[in-house]
Amino acid sequence: MNAYRIVGTPQPQIDARDKVTGRARYTDDIRLPNCLHAAILRSPHASARIRAIDTARAIALPGVRAVLTGADFERTFGVLPISKDEPALARERVRYVGEPVAAVAAETAALAAAALALIAVDYLPTTPVLDVRQALRPTDDPLHPELSHDNNLHKQVEQCFGDPEAGFAQASVVFEKRFSFPSVTHAFTEPHAVQVEIDGRGNLTVYSATQVPHYVHLALAQVLDIDEHRVRVIKPHLGGGFGGKSDPFPHEMIAARLALVTGRNVRLRFSREDVFFSHHGRHPTQLTMKLGFHPGRGITALTGDFLIDGGAYGSFGVVTTYYNGVLLQGPYPVPNFAFRCRRMYTNKPMCGAMRGHGGVNPRFASEVLMDMALVQSGLDPCQARIDLIHRENTLTINEFRITSVGLKRGLEEAMRRSDWRDKYGKLPYGKGIGVACGFFISGSALPIHRNRRPASTVRLTLEFDGAVTVYSGAADIGQGSDTVLAMMAAEVLGVDLGQVKVVAADTRLTPVDLGSYSSRVTFMAGNAARNAAIRMRRLLVAAACRLLELPAPEYRAPAPPEDRFRQGGRSPDFDADFLGANPDYDDGFEFADGRIRHLGSGRETGFLAAVHAAIEGPGVLQTVGNYRPPKLGGSFKGAGAGLSPAYSFTAFIVEVSVDPDTGFVKVDKATCAHDCGFALNPLAVRGQIEGCFHMGMGQALMEEVLHDNGAVQNAGFLEYKIPSPFEQPEIDLVPSTSDESEGPFGAKEAGEGPLAPVIPAIANAIFDAVGVRLFELPLRPDRVLAAMRKATAR
Amino acid sequence: MNSGIDGAQPDAGAVRLLSLAVNGQRQQRAVAPDITLLDFLREQLGLTGSKRGCDLGECGCCAVLVDGRPMLSCLLPAADLEHSAITTIEGIAAGTALHPLQQAMIDEGAVQCGYCTPAMVINGVHLFASEPRPDAEAIRTCISATSCRCTGYNRIVQAFERTAERFAEEQP
Ligand code: FES
Ligand code: FES
Repeated sequence: MNAYRIVGTPQPQIDARDKVTGRARYTDDIRLPNCLHAAILRSPHASARIRAIDTARAIALPGVRAVLTGADFERTFGVLPISKDEPALARERVRYVGEPVAAVAAETAALAAAALALIAVDYLPTTPVLDVRQALRPTDDPLHPELSHDNNLHKQVEQCFGDPEAGFAQASVVFEKRFSFPSVTHAFTEPHAVQVEIDGRGNLTVYSATQVPHYVHLALAQVLDIDEHRVRVIKPHLGGGFGGKSDPFPHEMIAARLALVTGRNVRLRFSREDVFFSHHGRHPTQLTMKLGFHPGRGITALTGDFLIDGGAYGSFGVVTTYYNGVLLQGPYPVPNFAFRCRRMYTNKPMCGAMRGHGGVNPRFASEVLMDMALVQSGLDPCQARIDLIHRENTLTINEFRITSVGLKRGLEEAMRRSDWRDKYGKLPYGKGIGVACGFFISGSALPIHRNRRPASTVRLTLEFDGAVTVYSGAADIGQGSDTVLAMMAAEVLGVDLGQVKVVAADTRLTPVDLGSYSSRVTFMAGNAARNAAIRMRRLLVAAACRLLELPAPEYRAPAPPEDRFRQGGRSPDFDADFLGANPDYDDGFEFADGRIRHLGSGRETGFLAAVHAAIEGPGVLQTVGNYRPPKLGGSFKGAGAGLSPAYSFTAFIVEVSVDPDTGFVKVDKATCAHDCGFALNPLAVRGQIEGCFHMGMGQALMEEVLHDNGAVQNAGFLEYKIPSPFEQPEIDLVPSTSDESEGPFGAKEAGEGPLAPVIPAIANAIFDAVGVRLFELPLRPDRVLAAMRKATAR
Repeated sequence: MNSGIDGAQPDAGAVRLLSLAVNGQRQQRAVAPDITLLDFLREQLGLTGSKRGCDLGECGCCAVLVDGRPMLSCLLPAADLEHSAITTIEGIAAGTALHPLQQAMIDEGAVQCGYCTPAMVINGVHLFASEPRPDAEAIRTCISATSCRCTGYNRIVQAFERTAERFAEEQP
């Protein structure tokens, strides 16, 4: 079965019309009746004791309905159960400039702001910890004494596979360099916002700009100490996330508590400055990496020592700590591999997950070192990479199961289309071409909260009028996940895309989905939606068979892939309620144009006639589909980190101009080969790749969050510069697909993986252009110029 | 340091009666002197299509047409707009018929999260009204008035170019 009607064709987002007409409702666009306005008082200190907070004058202001301080919240929270270290409002001490300290709800926004000014906080400033080296030093006053550390170490991971020393001994070239990366931030256009609606029984409906409604739901119940069933979280339209809205946040807890204590609806939104204070961006990183290479053997050994600056709280940091190392296990085999990563607490806004989570900075280092090794070995950096990329169906040394790999063909094509051979090493001084590769997970195989539930579940209904509704907990954050789920349901059921509605990201109405992070939605929620639709198709086929007086087809029990490797080495143990990943739905019928046709006999019936026949018994047509990742991975400590049912692969070839007088770098053109398996929606895939390029180029050339004494110095779009349409080059997308047997219709991720290789590809092109290597981001003109001057002085 | 919603300021000076047209509809409303056009539209008229990304004139998401010219509504005091004609994103489509640029934004995949989209359309509508066949430079200049973090701008440029082609076909 391969002639698809809908999947594989470019489809605009199903809600695009609402977005171009201003009808789409984002969180702050909701208007709740009789709503209080909330505001948050934030810490001006990076580190201080709170000796006292006097709220009496604020609460006395007419129109003020409630004032909260840290004393109103007993429990701390965090997205990971292993680091619930963040308070909704600071207690006893503040740990970063901008940390929420008190909050107010009042009849108007102006009153709320006025009340904040009346709150007196008596701070005793203490010496802040501002960088990772300082954080390593012994102290008797760590940021988080409850972890009983004698310094500010949050998490340390060390792993070793094979024998790195022996590997380096086999190498013909070895390079070791130090790299340095500042923090960058998501800079989504919609600031965080939340609105809370409370009913007469004290039940809360929380509208929030979040990527993870399910985690927000759980955290709210815990922090507010109320039953989980009293909370409902709804994600309205969302103005970009990129990982920056993938944690439960203090403001969500604050708004909900204010609703509970006042009995009123509450509205709260961030200023742009608040967004920068809240941050959760990419970790500033200091790293040393060593790579051994031999032309006949490939990479012989790779080792890294990473020091990452987590800021004041945990967020996703434990995962980041692992990802810094383990995501180096692709796109090439690394037979001997060791790393140590340490995440430090500092008195700065916390870092967390950002597009390409944990894998981006190490990828820069490994791909620059790789380039150095290939050049030193006299090899063509593009051809040599093609030769080195993982083969299909291999196990990495840390037991990642690599299944489909479409990048070899893709990069060959990109090499041809970019005229690499005519350009590399042959362009005039100041012009250069460079290449880099990367790989990324399609969802994490293990959940954050250990449980035996499916990784994703979708409910599907079919009404008497033929309307199909997909109920999914997955959060469309602008990437178009609602559209791709609708496309898959429409494909299986043979209906028009317009006939499918999506109800998503509403924790009362939709089954649990863990959220939009780790590039999991298309793969996992997609598989669940596809399976729900297949079950619905079977109900209709059964009804059609009754109408057409045909024997009902027999479905084989879900057969696990024959290949035990594809099964992650597990024996067949699909539960009765799991159809398997990407199962076949060849049933001898054709669903199209409002008809259901039996291919064998040519007999057919109307789609609606089958619906009516099927609905007669139960009165409602409803099915459930889900997705369970295979059991994967080794049994060593930390083996779960980075395990994914499938991996995407990307290569970028980038052409740059470097101004010899100023060091200014301009990207002229990019060619991308991205292996996302089967491109379900080529328009969305292209959009994700172009968006990744924008963000990668920003980190490469200009973006940097600056701090002074812990305070963010560039907390606005004027000072935190992101690339404009003048800097974005044309991107030639070459076909680089594979058939991922476990992805829905053969698909893998496209939203994150393409980012990481952008940055080293630009750096490698700069080397081709002017012969200098840079090891510190961003590749600012002054740094490029200084390196060029140093090179000519030699 | 605080954060919150800076909506109507109750005692911040004399409230005055403002009359103006919004999307062709006459409006007479009492406004405080320091309320911005963005707040007026979003909070007083309930027209939430104009987006707030910064409130500082930096992101461009709040653009509306004031007497046909694109302006950042977060920077304009509403009280200064007596007798002006405002067009917001809600007023761009003629009934159910979309402006060609709106249709092109949909078809070309120029819409991801959509938060920048209203302002992109507003600025584009003005561009095509004043120059039906803008060149690549004019298109990029127009688009660069609004920050978009999702798309990398390529599809938006494409949508503008398609629209320019369409206008060229209609009036050769
Ligand atoms: S809201 Fe950002 S420019 Fe007006
Ligand atoms: S589409 Fe999200 S900011 Fe432009």
